[in-house]
Amino acid sequence: MSDDRVFRALADGNRRQLLDRLHRRNAQTLGELCKGIEMTRQAVTKHLGILEQANLVSTQRQGREKLHFINPVPINAIAERWIGKFERPQLRALSQLKDMLEGEKHE
Amino acid sequence: MSESGTSKFVYVTYIRTTPEKLWAALTQPEFTRQYWLGAHVECDFKTGSPWKLVFDDGRLADSGEILESDPPRRLVIKWLNEWSPEFKAEGYSRCTMLLEPANGAVKLTVEHAIDKPEAKLIGAVSGGWPAILSNLKSLLETGGLAIDPRKSGK
Repeated sequence: MSDDRVFRALADGNRRQLLDRLHRRNAQTLGELCKGIEMTRQAVTKHLGILEQANLVSTQRQGREKLHFINPVPINAIAERWIGKFERPQLRALSQLKDMLEGEKHE
Repeated sequence: MSESGTSKFVYVTYIRTTPEKLWAALTQPEFTRQYWLGAHVECDFKTGSPWKLVFDDGRLADSGEILESDPPRRLVIKWLNEWSPEFKAEGYSRCTMLLEPANGAVKLTVEHAIDKPEAKLIGAVSGGWPAILSNLKSLLETGGLAIDPRKSGK
């Protein structure tokens, strides 16, 4: 799985929004992901395809439905490439401080 | 997490190795000790056998039973957390590992599920699995580790 594919997939705000929704609630169908979102069903399908090719979304069949899951493994690999193991607690403290001061959402 | 009343995570990683080597990496105590962030498995990986994940200091991390073992393709573990009373109270979860050849690599899918909505255990393993899988991938592909538990003092 190439890093370029992961970065290209993450470069789009609509795709990050789909990942945010799966992060909030995992295992959603295409129909559920289309609800309350300002994208056509075709656009959501296309973006999910790109996320799946980048291995950021995994899918499973359940009867006639296809469930979508966020797959954090490539994001973890990117983080580990540049974040040293000793920096992790400090970075977590900084992002918690930012969330607290700014009101937790960073889209 | 899902509306059906189960909590589930599905992790996928592609590792440049063979299904046989990956199966050995998932099932041999000495091999798992190298990448499982300070723990290792103890089990003969036959269907029906007891399964244990043990911390390097000897404490029991998780316990359970092998529900299905089909080397080198599919492994299903009935999994009970032992190190946290809060997670243990949620009862048994189920971990399925699927190994599929994919263009000279192996697609490893790890599914961890529990029949309980918004389970805390699944929230906790969602942080642990990606790090364990990154370590396993670098160990099999390069012989080195992404996170070495012995150096980080865990």
